[in-house]
Amino acid sequence: MAANESAPAATGRLAALGAWIDARFPMTKLWNEHVAEYYAPKNFNFWYYFGSIALFVLVLQIFTGIFLTMSYKPSAAEAFGSVEYIMRDVEWGWLIRYLHSTGASAFFIVVYLHMFRALLYGSHRQPRELLWIFGVLIYLALMAEAFMGYLLPWGNMSYWGAQVIVSLFGAFPWFGGALVEWIRGDYFISDITLNRFFALHVVALPLALIFLVVAHILALHEVGSSNPDGIEIKKMKGPDGIPLDGIPFHPYYTVKDIYGLGMFLILFCAVVFFAPELGGLFLEAANFEPANPLLTPEHIAPVWYFTPFYAMLRAVPAFAGTQVWGVLVMFAAILLLFFVPWLDRAPVRSIRYRGPIYKVTLMLFAATFIMLGYCGMKPAVQPFKALSVVGTVYYFAFFLLMPWFTRIDSHKPEPSRVRP
Amino acid sequence: MTRVRGLLCIVVLAWPLAAHPMTSGYPLQDAGTDVGNLASLQRGARNFVNYCLGCHSARYMRYSQVADDLALTETELRENLMFTGTRVFDAMLTSMPPEQARKWFGNTPPDLSLIARSRGVDYVYTFLKSFYADPSRPTGVNNALLANTVMPHVLAGLQGVQRPRYETTTGNDGKSHEHLVGLEARTAGDMSAAEFEGFVRDTVNFLEYVSEPAKAQRRSLGVWVILYLMMFVAFAYFLKKEYWKDVKS
Repeated sequence: MAANESAPAATGRLAALGAWIDARFPMTKLWNEHVAEYYAPKNFNFWYYFGSIALFVLVLQIFTGIFLTMSYKPSAAEAFGSVEYIMRDVEWGWLIRYLHSTGASAFFIVVYLHMFRALLYGSHRQPRELLWIFGVLIYLALMAEAFMGYLLPWGNMSYWGAQVIVSLFGAFPWFGGALVEWIRGDYFISDITLNRFFALHVVALPLALIFLVVAHILALHEVGSSNPDGIEIKKMKGPDGIPLDGIPFHPYYTVKDIYGLGMFLILFCAVVFFAPELGGLFLEAANFEPANPLLTPEHIAPVWYFTPFYAMLRAVPAFAGTQVWGVLVMFAAILLLFFVPWLDRAPVRSIRYRGPIYKVTLMLFAATFIMLGYCGMKPAVQPFKALSVVGTVYYFAFFLLMPWFTRIDSHKPEPSRVRP
Repeated sequence: MTRVRGLLCIVVLAWPLAAHPMTSGYPLQDAGTDVGNLASLQRGARNFVNYCLGCHSARYMRYSQVADDLALTETELRENLMFTGTRVFDAMLTSMPPEQARKWFGNTPPDLSLIARSRGVDYVYTFLKSFYADPSRPTGVNNALLANTVMPHVLAGLQGVQRPRYETTTGNDGKSHEHLVGLEARTAGDMSAAEFEGFVRDTVNFLEYVSEPAKAQRRSLGVWVILYLMMFVAFAYFLKKEYWKDVKS
């Protein structure tokens, strides 16, 4: 058949092109190092889907973001109207906008699960400390990115949310006032603030995010992936130098991650198409009114992904005549994450071989984080105030006492080969 | 692993229960709207231009899009709905000058493009049904949901006039307080109670459509997207299974 005759010729020409490129750029080398000959442990479970899903969401946010900027106007007079223009007059604008707004929340859900995975299986332990640190930096950049992005629709909750969060910096003594003015570029949240947040949201922070994600993946591929057993597959290699428990990322994990991505997309699209506001959690009702400096929304709360930290902020009372303690506690809560690889002193990494103390404290930690998030959405009344205090104390106790309770905890011997 | 997934499902599903704002004490009534009901939307559009557009705009809504989405011809649009604006792609703007409005009401009537999203359909529905006679107000009416509203009872001719029903309770401080517990008809309007409810429902339905014209399309398209993804996941699952045959655990 003609097709059979021409096929080898085409691959021949394609192979020649490949060789031509390889002589000038490490195309095949990069592909092999990071995909085709990157050996990942064969026992990844459910929790190992979220890295590739997070990468997908980043790409989705960048693509939808590019199309949104084509119609969005970063000015106080036009921003709100331009978002409605996207929702109504731009072809498929509503879909692009909902993909982006849902993507923001999805990013945090995925990243929170990805981080929890590390705590479950000890993925942050030596030699993966720097990998974890890059991850925490990504989380920080993501928070800044989400915060700046939330101002852009210029709804009333955008406005007052930014007002509240930016004014937190004013709690610092002496330089607080000047710092807030410097961030806003004005005496209040204004057109100037909107413009600079736009610049940071669409240029500076995405660049930082992409750079950090590349560093995160390079660091991962340098040390190799951990796994649910928390043991090093590189310790047991075959005669060919390939880890006995390792399988090439491509095709095994590419096909597996495509399946995981499909599952994620079902949930994601269910929100996009049937509940883009998700009951006011992803898009708040008050944000469908234009920004109004004279009209404060009934109840100002940050978007859900910030509320655990917002609850901590409110849990700390003012004393010595300043509110700054709450702000410091909130920043400390995030800063603490950088030190987790060194706070954890258990002789084993994975929860599978840890004792009951870590199992119980970690589950309580997850529950506490969700509870703090819930309290942060609610007005500062009882019982939420008391629960926020309890939650904050537990959050800090979990990390600060970690060197102690991970050492006294019992543990089981690790296997030499991975288990499913 | 299944347990973990179950937990995740609970978290995801419980979220919508977390919050919906706007509370004034007066209970909201279920608007029962359906943006897929074309006949209701057409009646609502007629109600809107006849009773709302005199004072309120829907500045993000174009006449042409209403015609497209509500299956109206240009002639039908021009004859039934276009009393302001001259071109079909004009926005639905009120002809009342804002300075005059401020002089008359002390306030510019709010734009209604997004009112059904910012307040919720139940809020708008309950608000429109909850005017009652109050001689102390300049308009002669007050509203049970939004106390001391400056909006007059535009639909009084249709609904008639309601009067408030109060209940007296003794508070913790030993003093008695009067609570508005409900409204009852005082004089009849042109419509029966059921007809009026339908009238308000259609109007609110139109406002819900106006707040998000893509809503019906979003839902109907969503069904196909989810079905496609389910099929995709099934294929992806078998592809994965095929590749993983040779991986021994």
